[in-house]
Amino acid sequence: MTVISTAGLARTFQTKRDPVEAVRGIDLTVREGEILGFLGPNGAGKTTTLRMLTTLLAPTGGTATVAGHDLATDPAGVRRACGYVAQSGGVDPQIGVREELVTQGRLYRLAKTQARDRAEELARDLGLTELLDRRCGELSGGQRRRLDIAMALTHRPKVLFLDEPTTGLDPGSRADLWDLIRRLRAEHGTTVFLTTHYLDEADALADRLVIVDRGVVVAEGTPTALKLQYGGSIDATLQDTFLTITGRSAPEADAAPVAV
Amino acid sequence: MLLHDTALIYGRYLRQSLRSRFALLFGVLMPLLYLLFFGPLLTDLPLGGQGSSWQVLVPGLLLQLGLFGALFAGFMIILEKGSGIVDRMRVTPVSRLGLLLGRVLRDATVFVFQAVLLVLAALVMGLRAPLVGILIGFAFVGLLTISLASLSYAVAMKVRTPQEFGPLINAVSMPSMLLSGLMLPMTLGPAWLDVLSHFMPFRYLVDAMRDAYVGEYATAHMAYGVLVALGFSALAVTVGTRVFRTAGA
Repeated sequence: MTVISTAGLARTFQTKRDPVEAVRGIDLTVREGEILGFLGPNGAGKTTTLRMLTTLLAPTGGTATVAGHDLATDPAGVRRACGYVAQSGGVDPQIGVREELVTQGRLYRLAKTQARDRAEELARDLGLTELLDRRCGELSGGQRRRLDIAMALTHRPKVLFLDEPTTGLDPGSRADLWDLIRRLRAEHGTTVFLTTHYLDEADALADRLVIVDRGVVVAEGTPTALKLQYGGSIDATLQDTFLTITGRSAPEADAAPVAV
Repeated sequence: MLLHDTALIYGRYLRQSLRSRFALLFGVLMPLLYLLFFGPLLTDLPLGGQGSSWQVLVPGLLLQLGLFGALFAGFMIILEKGSGIVDRMRVTPVSRLGLLLGRVLRDATVFVFQAVLLVLAALVMGLRAPLVGILIGFAFVGLLTISLASLSYAVAMKVRTPQEFGPLINAVSMPSMLLSGLMLPMTLGPAWLDVLSHFMPFRYLVDAMRDAYVGEYATAHMAYGVLVALGFSALAVTVGTRVFRTAGA
């Protein structure tokens, strides 16, 4: 069953000089329970696409549905169905872990006691129980990421969007996070839509890859299929495959505003 | 739901203010210095109107406190944008108006609290004014901070860095202070300056507050002051909410 589908999804930013076409027309579908790796060079439009699919940014063209809710006509439905972790996370370093989790529950309209229970439950589930009374700023990188994800799971979303979730983590924390993402899918059937620059991560974690470049989808398929088609053999590295697809030796300097 | 969301956001940011008690008190410092070192210069000067020079100066200082304080409220949200807090909240079903109102009501609370401290200090310095008038004054400070903080958040959501935000706010705050007659009544000046100052909305607030401080509540100044304060707040909150709804930044 399809849980996300987009058709010609586009976003143009008006700048003082020229309009910047950050996303020029994305067509993709994501099946329920799938872990989708969304790859592309810097400035390819990954974050902008994610921000559109999570209602943070209005598209300037095209349509999309997330968990049966139309992005344009039912943003409230989309918000109830999806969780989002930005690259930068989203907790205040000065605030306690418990308070942030409870506040998040209340933002999703849980009653006070429900929000407290949910915070405890999430903490248990994501190994944060010992940290509940610390301030968010006192957590390690890996712990912070688990907290960010716990926040996004507050309302048990069908779809979880993760923007470069393992950037800056040490190898151990990355492996833990991969396990966590696999477990989410196994236990709750959560669909995970994640962007990454680590090709080993995409290879190990994603069922299917969608590769974007300059605001459009340039290739998609399982890692194996892509290696066969673009890398020339099943033994090709995903790195070589990726470079063949995007046609450059190193990521270009940011052409479009990455964070908007 | 709006009430629930506003209360939730208000609580979060009020706790944030309470965590930095030093900053809470520090805000009173600038107007307090004016009160101590500028106020005594005015006591024997003919300022026009009724009442003592304190009844003219204190309303102006209270609005100055709100003006400078609330205009800079947006700084915090630039930092919060950078750490993803704003997006994390906007991705939940929380009311967009609630996101703004919770923040600006916190600001209004902080500045009215600071205004109370300032009035207490002014009473020691020699201010005598009717209680009703003083309370009306606090209401004006509240409305002014709601308006200006809303606009400040709206601007802050649009800019990328604090470095862009600071000069922009300074460019607004200084002329606003000078042209609205916060320090001295504009009627003292030449006609052109007096006329020019009528284009500055805060002029109407300070005139109304000065009337309130001498116990005159049913005046044209008061009517204009209330109208401008309410109209400006409604406009500012509308603009602010729009930005929270659509912000691409």
